[in-house]
Amino acid sequence: MLRPTALLAAAAAIAFATTGQAADPLKIGFVYVSPIGSAGWTYQHDVARKHIEKVYGDKIKTSYVEKVPEGADAERVIRQLATSGHKLIFTTSFGYMDPTIKVAKRFPKVHFEHATGYKRSKNVATYIARFYEGRYLAGIVAGKMTKSNVAGYVAAFPIPEVVRGINAFVRGMRSVNPKATVRVIWVSSWYDPGKEREAAEALIGQGADVLMQHTDSTAVVQAAESKGVYAIGYHSDMSKFGPKAHLTASTHDWRGYYEARVKMALAGTWKSGAIWGGIKEGMVKMAPFNMAVTDDVKKAVSDATEAIRNGKLHPFAGPVKDQDGKVRIPAGKTMSDKDLSSMSWYVEGVDGKLPKK
Amino acid sequence: MSPDLIDGIVVILLATVRAGTPLVFAALGELVAERSGVLNLGVEGMMLVGAVAGFAAALGTGSYALGLLAAIAAGAALALVFGFLTLTMRASQVPTGLALTIFGIGLSTFVGYPVQDKPLAGLKPIDIPGLSDIPVIGPLLFGHDLLIYLSLAILAALLWFLYRSKGGLILRAVGESAESADAIGYPVIAIRYAAVAFGGAMAGLGGAYLSLVYTPTWAEQMTAGRGWIALALVVFATWKPGWVVAGAYLFGGVTIVQLNLQGWGFDVSSHLLSMLPYIATIVVLVMISRDETRIKLNAPAALGRPFFRS
Repeated sequence: MLRPTALLAAAAAIAFATTGQAADPLKIGFVYVSPIGSAGWTYQHDVARKHIEKVYGDKIKTSYVEKVPEGADAERVIRQLATSGHKLIFTTSFGYMDPTIKVAKRFPKVHFEHATGYKRSKNVATYIARFYEGRYLAGIVAGKMTKSNVAGYVAAFPIPEVVRGINAFVRGMRSVNPKATVRVIWVSSWYDPGKEREAAEALIGQGADVLMQHTDSTAVVQAAESKGVYAIGYHSDMSKFGPKAHLTASTHDWRGYYEARVKMALAGTWKSGAIWGGIKEGMVKMAPFNMAVTDDVKKAVSDATEAIRNGKLHPFAGPVKDQDGKVRIPAGKTMSDKDLSSMSWYVEGVDGKLPKK
Repeated sequence: MSPDLIDGIVVILLATVRAGTPLVFAALGELVAERSGVLNLGVEGMMLVGAVAGFAAALGTGSYALGLLAAIAAGAALALVFGFLTLTMRASQVPTGLALTIFGIGLSTFVGYPVQDKPLAGLKPIDIPGLSDIPVIGPLLFGHDLLIYLSLAILAALLWFLYRSKGGLILRAVGESAESADAIGYPVIAIRYAAVAFGGAMAGLGGAYLSLVYTPTWAEQMTAGRGWIALALVVFATWKPGWVVAGAYLFGGVTIVQLNLQGWGFDVSSHLLSMLPYIATIVVLVMISRDETRIKLNAPAALGRPFFRS
């Protein structure tokens, strides 16, 4: 969709970001793809930005530009941040990958951190979280709490990241409840509250009593609340949108990573690299549990969390069967990161077929 | 048929009506504006402004009635800006309408910032003891929220107004030939102002349906293109109110059925399915443009033409 207002917002925000600041502190820039709001992907990054401001005080100065469209505008915004003296720049959306690489070439002394991408250079590091570990834990909660043994999943687009999340959720569910299955509805949009809500209600109508989402609005949690079923939030704690329905949420926490990277930049030891951090690194966390979640469920989740942390449990440790019962990963083996990042098939336990891209 | 299947169909029908209702409000409003000869492409913007005003007012006062009034007022106010530019200043309607949408998106995002992602309980469906519990008929007749009944009441009122009242005849005359209506002594500009304001109020109501009932929250651009579908619907329905409502439910139904089909595990491309409403619009546009007499009978002859008193 055309979003001319986003251009205006970006232009105005650049003006903000560049107004005179003292030269002493390390200037750190953040580029956000959506407004910060009070929940969601960008909100989690901004929580981490505020965290480093608190930790490093007047040693650093942060500024951010929100709602920057992916593509040519992003390049302009990133370049603007670099020319205005920002020495460390976090670009927090997949679509900023090429613009980040391009600008980084022109500013070899500026350090760039790109979230979720795969292109790196001497001054561009990448970082992403193992969101699927949180999905697996969410699956355990769902598997224990469901009475109908059917969970519903509202998903955006059938890309590996989303498919991996669905599969991890199903495997978590079936690790505690082998009869459980998951129904998936694709809404072909990251963000359309109306459609997400209808998809959620369709799933509830078809017998799902726990919902999970891979979309950006809070409509799924709201739908669960109004229909009296459970939901598990994503990105952020969404409990205020469904006080009764919201069991927990699979959330991201960038605070530790940002703190460590800023420390390196301050000390002059910053180096490019690629981080795929999960529960062990503290990047993936579960939100506080609902009152309805029993101690036995909490224990199952904390045991699994501990096992993932010390490497004893991997959500995709063999045997992993696909939908047709074919063994994709034999017992004793674990899926490689490479296979994980290109996953394009459903594991056993998902109802329906994966749409072709 | 098994009881489960019947229940499933009732659920789908209820969801269809819900999904169609924001379109019913916005498209009926636009229909009145277009019948007076004014093409306002700013429906999406007016819906958004209505949605944010309705949500903020309901959140602030705790009253849904005040929320709806705020949405109506906000939609109408934005429409009057459009009216001033195109009717008084005689700016061209198409670019002004497009600008109104862009303005509405920006304005709603700006003023909605403080209430973004705040939760609200939302207006619940009515529940008449006894009647709403009758199987099948109960939920279908007595299980909707109040705004759905309001949308149907507005449809009935519009049908009477446009075809059975003198006021409706005058409105249509202004839309067919502003010069003739002016010559007989009708205040063309005032009538068009009223029609445009009504269109804005209805678009605001459609937006408020989204933010107060459908997904009770405010999030920027939450209308997600429904204003454009409403515009297409008016043409789709060849400017007839009854067909507008039928078309809105058809559009709602296509969305709901495709979501349900996926849940049942049918192997259909979600991309193809999400294209369906738009394909349907194009097909209908092609079909009616072939039927020349039909379009001539219904399309307001003076649509989009500014009125100059010579």
